[in-house]
Amino acid sequence: MTITHTYDAVIVGAGGAGLRAAIEASGRVDTAVISKLYPTRSHTGAAQGGVCAALGNVEEDYPEWHAFDTVKGGDYLVDQPAAQILTEEAVDAIYELERMGLPFNRTPEGLIDQRRFGGHTANHGERAVKRACYAADRTGHMILQTLYQQCVKRDVRFFNEFYCLDLLLADDGRTAGVVAYELATGELHVFRAKSVLFATGGYGRMFRVSSNAHALTGDGLSVTFRRGIPLEDMEFFQFHPTGLYRLGVLLSEGARGEGAVIRNRDGERFMERYAPTIKDLAPRDVVSRSIYQEIKEGRGLGPRGDYVLLDLTHLDPRVLEEKLPDITEFARVYLQVEPTTEPVPIQPTAHYAMGGIPTDVHARVVTGSEETPVPGLYAAGECACVSVHGANRLGTNSLLDIVVFGRRGGDDMARHCEETDLPALPVEATTQTLDLLDGILTRQTGDNVADIRAELQDSMFDLAFVVRSEESLAKMGELVGSLRERYDRIAITDKGTVYNTDLMEAVEVGFLLDCAATLVAAAAARDESRGAHYREDHPLRDDANWLKHSLAYRNDDGSIRLDSKPVQMGPYVPMERKY
Amino acid sequence: MAASLTPAEILNSSDERRVGATPLVTLTLRIRRFNPQVSEEPWWDEFTIQVDPYERLVEALHQVKWHHDGTLTFRRSCAHGICGSDAMVINGRNALACKILVKDVAPKVTIEPIRGLAVLKDLIVDMEPFFDGYRAVLPYLVNDEETERERVQTPQERERYDDTTKCILCAACTTSCPIFWSDETYIGPAAIVNAHRFIFDSRDRAPRERLGILSEKTGVFRCRTTFNCTDACPRGIEVTKAIQEVKRAVLFDRP
Ligand SMILES: Cc1cc2nc3c(=O)[nH]c(=O)nc-3n(C[C@H](O)[C@H](O)[C@H](O)COP(=O)(O)OP(=O)(O)OC[C@H]3O[C@@H](n4cnc5c(N)ncnc54)[C@H](O)[C@@H]3O)c2cc1C
Ligand code: SF4
Ligand code: FES
Repeated sequence: MTITHTYDAVIVGAGGAGLRAAIEASGRVDTAVISKLYPTRSHTGAAQGGVCAALGNVEEDYPEWHAFDTVKGGDYLVDQPAAQILTEEAVDAIYELERMGLPFNRTPEGLIDQRRFGGHTANHGERAVKRACYAADRTGHMILQTLYQQCVKRDVRFFNEFYCLDLLLADDGRTAGVVAYELATGELHVFRAKSVLFATGGYGRMFRVSSNAHALTGDGLSVTFRRGIPLEDMEFFQFHPTGLYRLGVLLSEGARGEGAVIRNRDGERFMERYAPTIKDLAPRDVVSRSIYQEIKEGRGLGPRGDYVLLDLTHLDPRVLEEKLPDITEFARVYLQVEPTTEPVPIQPTAHYAMGGIPTDVHARVVTGSEETPVPGLYAAGECACVSVHGANRLGTNSLLDIVVFGRRGGDDMARHCEETDLPALPVEATTQTLDLLDGILTRQTGDNVADIRAELQDSMFDLAFVVRSEESLAKMGELVGSLRERYDRIAITDKGTVYNTDLMEAVEVGFLLDCAATLVAAAAARDESRGAHYREDHPLRDDANWLKHSLAYRNDDGSIRLDSKPVQMGPYVPMERKY
Repeated sequence: MAASLTPAEILNSSDERRVGATPLVTLTLRIRRFNPQVSEEPWWDEFTIQVDPYERLVEALHQVKWHHDGTLTFRRSCAHGICGSDAMVINGRNALACKILVKDVAPKVTIEPIRGLAVLKDLIVDMEPFFDGYRAVLPYLVNDEETERERVQTPQERERYDDTTKCILCAACTTSCPIFWSDETYIGPAAIVNAHRFIFDSRDRAPRERLGILSEKTGVFRCRTTFNCTDACPRGIEVTKAIQEVKRAVLFDRP
């Protein structure tokens, strides 16, 4: 049986982006939030280090300096007008979070305290600047809690533990709603709406070593992709340099912001060689590649020589206790290392998707190189590509992105709802979803989902990680194809309708395979190196041919068609990226 | 690097302490099961697996689910103690499965759903009554005064409520409380922790309303100071202390 609901605005995802959009839309139009996790379980809560804005509370700073850093950090693939909006609206966005109750750390004068973070500099690269506002090392937790608290205050309507599995487009091309699966009962729900915003987060679970939650499987990207919406810049995936060895649990860049340094097996602070000016605070792509280089040249540690060390031992233990308590505990609990006296084994970890569902600065989903909006369809947060992060996101810019573009999306959705009527549902609204679920449920024997996922994660980590080549990507492309074939023959054990997480995990692996296929296709085509996308066989940036965004479309037969669109330029002319 | 440590010492000292470095161990998981579509009564199942001693217990549960019994059902997401999904009764005590290492419970571990909330399937319980308690204490900042920039709050004022801002709403505290087991109208430790977070925030303007709610018969005075909640909290929050501070505030009618 299918249950039908009607709202003006439906938001899919209750992380920072979804909640901020809900706060904006819910006061003006009838709004519902659908989330596969309880809102406070969203991975925004795992963000540690900070959210940046040129408040200038601790030292001189300007939004324009922030914009420059964002564009340069993104290796000039950033749409510059969007970066200007991001950095200018940052200041009010932070004040707003504070007014909502966010417990930022404070300066002795009682203002919001700020600290250094990778790639954020004063006056166009002169020196590191204190721009990151923070609440110890649980900034994301405090943002998620604060936004959820505001939703409780506003009595926002939530549908928790509902999995969105399909997007419904009316015959005239307008957004008509979504289909969701209720985990508790196994029932399908059709949510009719005038506008839908996807805020489903990233897909870092594609890689073996990842800082991302199990739930981050690219659902929103895959759902829209299967309905003909392209995915932008999928080849750009950020590998954060300091993940706990083998586990991938993140140790915030805030640690280096407070003075921690990375060392190789000789104890050498090697970032001095790779980024002489800002050293350990170079952007993440630079640091991750440097670590890779050190390990490759035999200066890693451990039996496999495959990790380096984050050294916090010279910091005042009080700094660890007061400003970095959570990551100190992670090292203790998960690696049994005492960070005040022992350096912590680290390796790059899959962290953040720069690419995603293409949007404009109002969070409207746009397709094609002409950027044609899909009426009523929105995306914000990590699942979206505005693009403010270009080829490599700067730390603290994502938490900023989710509040700035979450707000903009909620605002424009409300405007759109006020101006339009409810589109008719397409016929057979639930057919595609039923086919998807029945296909998995009815097969009695077949391939094991977990094996497919593990092979995907292992091979993506080996072949499409920090360093890539034509050869590695070709191999990975073939592998994704064969994993897809096996996926079409999967069988699961749980055939029930009550909390069938066996079924939902199987669906999620299908979403991951879509994201992997587009990532690999776009990475194979881009024969240059830019930001997080590093091609061993083409180590230089090639602006003449590749200063453009990639778009990946799904053909009817499931294959991928690549296209591109220009980068929106602005005041900053591409130059060599040195730190 | 600390001068006292050479790289070789680091190699030798800490490598055996991490995932992948030591031989697998045998772990038997004894799990309390329930599935309304299978039986009205709960039952026990045992699974014996080979697993890395430095792996998290939640990953041992995954291993069972992924390779032995796909119907085994539990909540989890972040896998590092930050999302609050996987509070369970592990060897009789409330804890997050992702913050327990296998080596600390091998060779045998007993896992049950948290108590006092209706079990829906295996380790999944109905969280709604828990969130009802949370929502009842006005868990949001109340302050409509206009400001152009941020409000000023000194580091000392900020420190006053720091501990209770860490709460991840995992319910480990509330479901370890004997008062809550016997009377689910008791608002429970987690709700009081979240009330504390605002009552002692110098920026808040509604402490009296909250204290009023907490002074009711379902409120803070049901607490008998058994400290179960403090022992259970995976975030190290001094839950009982926070409850005592709220009690005192109710008695004196001010934070
Ligand atoms: C460990 C870690 C530390 C970080 N630290 C920082 C930092 O210090 N500063 C910074 O700026 N950035 C940081 N980031 C990045 C930043 O936290 C994330 O990019 C950002 O929080 C993403 O927010 P979001 O709202 O887009 O998605 P999320 O918070 O991931 O939320 C996704 C939501 O979508 C829902 N959802 C997903 N699929 C479905 C579906 N099919 N149906 C229904 N609902 C669905 C989920 O339930 C969830 O509510 C960090 C990231 C990690 C992993
Ligand atoms: S106070 Fe501790 S145990 Fe209780 S809900 Fe919060 S984090 Fe969990
Ligand atoms: S899985 Fe998130 S707290 Fe354990």
